[in-house]
Amino acid sequence: MAVESNLKNMSLCLLVICLVCSGLLAGVDALTAEPIANAAAAKKTSAISAVVPAFDGEPVGASIALDGVEYNYYSVSKDSSVVAYAIESSAGGFGGEIRLMVGVTADGIVYNTSVLSQSETPGLGAKCVEPAFSDQFRLWNPSEKKLLVRKDGGDVDAITASTITSRAYTDAIAKAVAVWAAINNETMEETGDEQ
Amino acid sequence: MNSKLNLVTKGLVKENPTFVLLLGMCPTLATTTSALNGMSMGLATMFVLILSNMAISAIARFIPDKVRIPAYIVVIATFVTLLQFLMQAYVPSVYETLGLFIPLIVVNCIILGRAEAFANKNGVIDSALDGVGIGLGFTLALTLLGLVREILGNFSAFGWKFLGADGILAFVLAPGAFIVLAYLIVIFRKATEKK
Repeated sequence: MAVESNLKNMSLCLLVICLVCSGLLAGVDALTAEPIANAAAAKKTSAISAVVPAFDGEPVGASIALDGVEYNYYSVSKDSSVVAYAIESSAGGFGGEIRLMVGVTADGIVYNTSVLSQSETPGLGAKCVEPAFSDQFRLWNPSEKKLLVRKDGGDVDAITASTITSRAYTDAIAKAVAVWAAINNETMEETGDEQ
Repeated sequence: MNSKLNLVTKGLVKENPTFVLLLGMCPTLATTTSALNGMSMGLATMFVLILSNMAISAIARFIPDKVRIPAYIVVIATFVTLLQFLMQAYVPSVYETLGLFIPLIVVNCIILGRAEAFANKNGVIDSALDGVGIGLGFTLALTLLGLVREILGNFSAFGWKFLGADGILAFVLAPGAFIVLAYLIVIFRKATEKK
């Protein structure tokens, strides 16, 4: 090697490499920050519009605390009255957390659900993303049908051999319905104050 | 000219990183659940490999011997982070599928191995060609492995389902990765033996 390994050379060399690399990354970060934010926003918007009825305008984000957990939700309106909430909810599945976007209409009916992320077993629990399972929650009225898998005395058809996943999915929806109830209470109080 | 071509082809057959050198087994086994996933991982690795090979061959003679490994790792990590930014911005869905395995390219033995064994002794162009060869060898191996696992495990190829039934689940899971890889190595060795 041409360059001698003494303290001065070594520190100088690492310093220069680190400076050049951080400069390069700062530049690329500045260039890609906007497309990354756009991609994340587009993903969120498509996840929201998949689970709520037709709406106009932009979804309005907010969060609410329930049982010590902070839930993010988005309210969507049509003709300036809120028609539904898209609520981010999650529950522990078999292979990790299952994160769902749950659409609940203003009168408390589950409109539709979609999976934001999951790491369940492929071919078993991962089937929770398929319509064969998730479509049963479309227009689910929680006051008529119980949000529990059949094994636990509810009305949800579990995925064969994936009870834990089905339970978590159902649980996440039940949490979202509870969040909807909390949002409803809050808005009622607010309107009460105004009067 | 022949020797330049040789640089590329040796990565495909004689020094194939997956089937002959058995390097980079972690992403190989983990990301090849389908042909498309395997190919994306291969291409991502190839991108980093070509750039890091070129950068390292250009700066190798200015780096004192005793700090060459940290210097190489910083260079490689820079390109990986750069790749992460670009993927997040322009192909977010692929980025999500590969997830954790993109940052793990930093510690992929193939990349540090090529830096140590080839790039720091050869010119920029030769190092780039070496990166193309080894990268293509890795990509082809991962695509093939993913394709076989997808065909057996899901009865589909590149996402195109040719049989309605569920596949043999074991091939999508970890044991299938080991079994298929072992058989592919046997076939590869047998086929290249006489040459």
